[in-house]
Amino acid sequence: MSISGLFLLVVAAIIGWWLFARQLTAKPWEQKQSEADDQYGGGASLALGPARAGLWLFLGVITAFFGLFMSAYRMRMMVPDWSPLAEPSLLWLNTVMLILSSAAFQWTRGAADHGDAGRVKAGLGAAGLFALAFLAGQLLAWQQLNASGQYLTSNPAIAFFYLLTGLHGLHLLGGLSVWGRTTARMWRGGSPLGDIRLSVELCTVYWHYLLLVWLALFGLLLIT
Amino acid sequence: MALAIALILLVVGSVAFHFLSPWWFTPIASNWQSMDDTVNLTFWVTGIVFVAINLFMAYAILRYRHRKGTAQRAKYEPENKKLEWWLIVVTSIGVAAMLAPGLVVWARFVDVPEDAAIVEAVGQQWHWSFRFPGKDGVLGLTAAGLVTLDNPFGMDPGDPKGQDDVLIANPELHLPLGKPVKMLLRSKDVLHNFTVTQFRVKMDLVPGMITYLWFSPTRIGAYEILCEELCGIAHFAMRGSVVVDEQSGFDTWLASQPTYAQTVARVAGDPVAGQAAYATCMACHGPRGEGNEALHAPKLAGQGSWYLARQLRHFKQGVRGAHDDDVYGKQMVAFAGLLDDVGINNVMAYLATLPDGPLPATVAGNSAAGKPLYVSTCAACHGAAGEGLWATNAPRLAQMSDWYLSTQLNNFKQGIRGSHAQDFYGAQMALMARILADDRASNDLVAYINTLGKPESQLSAYNDRP
Amino acid sequence: MAYVAIADRDVHPHDPQTFFTRYIWSQDHKVIAIQYSLTAILVGLVALVLSGMMRLQLGFPNSFSFIDPSNYLQFVTMHGMIMVIYLLTALFLGGFGNYLIPLMVGARDMVFPYLNMLSYWVYLLAVIVLMVGFFVPGGPTGAGWTLYPPQAILPGTAGAGGGIILMLVSLGIFIVAFTMGGLNYVTTVLQARCRGMTFMRMPLSVWGIFMATVLGLLAFPALLVSAIMMTLDSTLGTSFFMPALVSMGEPLDYKGGSPVLFQHLFWFFGHPEVYIVALPAFGIVSDLLSVHARKNIFGYRMMVWAILAIGGLSFVVWAHHMYVSGMDPYFGFFFATTTLIIAVPTAIKVYNWVLTLWHGDIHLRTPMLFAIGFIFTFIHGGLTGLFLGNVTVDLPLSDTYFVVAHFHMVMGVSPILVVFGAIYHWYPKITGRMLNETLGKVHFWLTFLGVYAVYLPMHYLGILGVPRRYFAMGDTNFIPESAQSLNASITVSALIVGVVQVVFIFNLVWSLFKGPKAGPNPWGATTLEWQTPDTPPSHGNWGPHLPVVYRWAYDYSVPGAKQDFIPQNQPGDPALTAGRDHGIKG
Repeated sequence: MSISGLFLLVVAAIIGWWLFARQLTAKPWEQKQSEADDQYGGGASLALGPARAGLWLFLGVITAFFGLFMSAYRMRMMVPDWSPLAEPSLLWLNTVMLILSSAAFQWTRGAADHGDAGRVKAGLGAAGLFALAFLAGQLLAWQQLNASGQYLTSNPAIAFFYLLTGLHGLHLLGGLSVWGRTTARMWRGGSPLGDIRLSVELCTVYWHYLLLVWLALFGLLLIT
Repeated sequence: MALAIALILLVVGSVAFHFLSPWWFTPIASNWQSMDDTVNLTFWVTGIVFVAINLFMAYAILRYRHRKGTAQRAKYEPENKKLEWWLIVVTSIGVAAMLAPGLVVWARFVDVPEDAAIVEAVGQQWHWSFRFPGKDGVLGLTAAGLVTLDNPFGMDPGDPKGQDDVLIANPELHLPLGKPVKMLLRSKDVLHNFTVTQFRVKMDLVPGMITYLWFSPTRIGAYEILCEELCGIAHFAMRGSVVVDEQSGFDTWLASQPTYAQTVARVAGDPVAGQAAYATCMACHGPRGEGNEALHAPKLAGQGSWYLARQLRHFKQGVRGAHDDDVYGKQMVAFAGLLDDVGINNVMAYLATLPDGPLPATVAGNSAAGKPLYVSTCAACHGAAGEGLWATNAPRLAQMSDWYLSTQLNNFKQGIRGSHAQDFYGAQMALMARILADDRASNDLVAYINTLGKPESQLSAYNDRP
Repeated sequence: MAYVAIADRDVHPHDPQTFFTRYIWSQDHKVIAIQYSLTAILVGLVALVLSGMMRLQLGFPNSFSFIDPSNYLQFVTMHGMIMVIYLLTALFLGGFGNYLIPLMVGARDMVFPYLNMLSYWVYLLAVIVLMVGFFVPGGPTGAGWTLYPPQAILPGTAGAGGGIILMLVSLGIFIVAFTMGGLNYVTTVLQARCRGMTFMRMPLSVWGIFMATVLGLLAFPALLVSAIMMTLDSTLGTSFFMPALVSMGEPLDYKGGSPVLFQHLFWFFGHPEVYIVALPAFGIVSDLLSVHARKNIFGYRMMVWAILAIGGLSFVVWAHHMYVSGMDPYFGFFFATTTLIIAVPTAIKVYNWVLTLWHGDIHLRTPMLFAIGFIFTFIHGGLTGLFLGNVTVDLPLSDTYFVVAHFHMVMGVSPILVVFGAIYHWYPKITGRMLNETLGKVHFWLTFLGVYAVYLPMHYLGILGVPRRYFAMGDTNFIPESAQSLNASITVSALIVGVVQVVFIFNLVWSLFKGPKAGPNPWGATTLEWQTPDTPPSHGNWGPHLPVVYRWAYDYSVPGAKQDFIPQNQPGDPALTAGRDHGIKG
């Protein structure tokens, strides 16, 4: 619960700071304030545009989701029947795959900014492949665990391992479906690169974020 | 206008209801008068606020309501900082005035007195049992996995500290007057809650952990224990009682209860001796325990011996067969008196050897109409196959004398059975039997039970789970 | 100008072509709002009938053969869950949020219309999955709306096999639907306000719905987390919440899980959920009071701050639902303190509502009656909250009818009164016709007085010690016969209130065809939704040009102005605004 509490504090602080910058203390009925408010142009308040703002909000929701799982993990650990899990070393390799995937997206984003369609195609391909490699590696890690007789019901640490990696994988799969749509559009051609650029940018942010989530989960699994 | 008057009347009415209400705290029987005081304090503070704001609102409506034809106009009044801060300060003081005493009393609740006696309350679906630590003052270890018919408390047989623990395998607890008690709360299955309304304090029982609460009984008497955390279908029937007694009466009671070592030492019955003793029973209940409707003797073969033994003791102790209208139960009292504890054990051992044959149906009813009630409610304790469950103190019903089920359902409903204070589990059945609206409902139910075949096992749970 | 680029392009962004795309697969926020509202009200009626069945058993025990202990608890569970999640949350956010946000902030639609449409259909799916529970063997779960394990997934509870899984799956689907909608509402408020619409010029309805949605987005994941883990415990045999235990005499394979962990997660969602329902009600009622008292809402800034403070604090009070749960009793000190602190901003809101009436020009039309009725019931429910939030006072009252009466008063009756008021208020905008005033008043009086006759006495049953979730009280030595008579009278009142809702439904349908035509702004309100070129607003809301806002949402009875209201999109007049500043001083 403490992790989630901390997260919410941070969220509250961000909202508070941002609203403060928006002059939460303004008296909108006063003439002077009213004149100032008339200058407000409307639309984007975060200079992000709806898609970016929506994505960032969504990342906040996922953070709450995984944060609460991690809190539950910590609280479940306090029960005496807890026995730590020996993580398959394959996870290190998977982590490298996910980092490469994320890096490929970053590179693609640069290419899209420069309007280089060829490099965008290559970058998207690489990012997707590395992401798939990560997922395959995770499945392999599950199999290794299963083969060594560590099942979902064996002990809570293993149950959490399956659950957390599974949910993280599902989120990545969701990302891959957007990646698939973007890549298809890119290969079909016809879409202006400007539209593709936004998709690539959003994917990049999402990928970096999922990498962060994975590092946090992996870290939690390692230190416990 | 009407609204303003209605608001005033509601305020006056609420206050009047509060002071005239005959429904109020039951007289307290523990040391937690301070809890009642905090409640009363909260009533005063919130009551004043309730009256003040609502009357002010009613007055505002009266005074500033729109009247046709008048050039009334509202005042433009975006805020009034001074007034708002003043209200915040007053509110905060009011809140603090309620919170501070509450926290002081809570500190006392959290801090259990050193000299508090330890008693364990054990909850399970849907009854209570209790354990005292015995002479060594320490409770022995227990584990859920150790629970069986012979070890319902789940005692660890290897723990020497548990040998002298006093086991109260029924939901009546006795406590001495004026002594602080720390109740340790343990659940075998799901969440429960130990509540004695007159003691004011309550706490959940949580499987997998031990929780506690403490109090000192201050009044002699018998008080009901209610489970106040939803624990399944028969939640409302999970009741027990606390009897607060003088120290001497309590000591006598405690000394008469068995220790764990004593319950273990009970010897198994001897079927050969049991057969001899059964000769008396045979006249009515039949040579193979098959029962005889003409003589109002139910079938015994195949019934759980824990259940039959308890009923025999109830007949002996006047818990059953004591009601004036229980004509046939009274006949049984004299026969039950012929058996001592060893005799009961022997007869049980003999009955277990008898063949468990099928019976012809004698009660006619619409089994399809009886099915929903059985499946949704009765099965929770008696099992989906009517096999009976020792864990819920529910006897077997399937392929037992159906006419007897009808009679007993009626007896439970009429209060002929299950109304004796010591018939704890009968009282649960009495609560349940009242669901049956009339004889037809009862016959339909029995007709459905008649469709159930001979159960395979008496111990299986009432529905299959992965 | 940047504003033109963002807002005025694409006048008809996704113009509907056919009946089908216009009313069924519609991406118009107004149609989606109506779809959400009708579904929520329909499923709410199911929950109302369930509560009637419960009251029949409680008032007249064992008189009805179709109620047994098992399905009684199923009624309790489904009634609670439907009312809290599938009616109130969906209606306030999916219904009112969808309708009001774009109109009130001057947007053409939600920023993600397709996602918005999807949100409704996924919500409908959640409702259907929930209802399927009534038809599976064993029926829906009877574990209480809190779904506490181990009981919820063990034999001895109705629906422990299929019903509980359907419930958990339905909740999961609902959370997906809510997240799709919620991202829309928040992003729309942040990104699609029209020119001149600063945050502090937004009506409080938008503030309330906005903050409630933020709470929902952060709190619902807790429910999802607990639902996922409980589903695994139930189906695959993991031990997240399940300790070693003996069920019906048989030891099960679970070990080590923590039932209290579930309760922490559940209430980490569950308490903010109270405010997810309450904050939109707070916001909407503020606007109703202001419009019908022809006066600005008193202390607007304080009202906004209070909404933010309540929203923030609602995440640090969850364990006040768990004082007797067996958690570390030392937590009691912390949570009692935070809980009572939250009373301060809440009290501020009540004061400001009442002070809005003071010096007002109060038109007691039906929406206003409901709004004032809300203040009364909310004061009552809020004050009894001070009992239950204070750990020591909670102890004797916890798990009794006092709790039932309290939360029904504060998050059942009060928000529902606001819902009614809001429907009477906005119905003319939504349909172009007024609701019948006489029927509205009959509806108000019987509902308002009826619910008070239900819940006031119920508190006293709780003080007496009558436990909640009991199928029948049976014989006890401390509950007098008279308590049963009281229960019977509560049942009679409850049934009357239930039946009276027919008047409301009739009014809704009848007025749709026969109600007097409403002008674009029948109440003389300042906020933007009343300034649309068409009534009901057409697709895209604003015609060729978006509105421009020149003032806050509460310019009522400005000194010197001809009318007693100045719409938000009316350009400033130096003479008037001078009068306005003068008015403040005077």
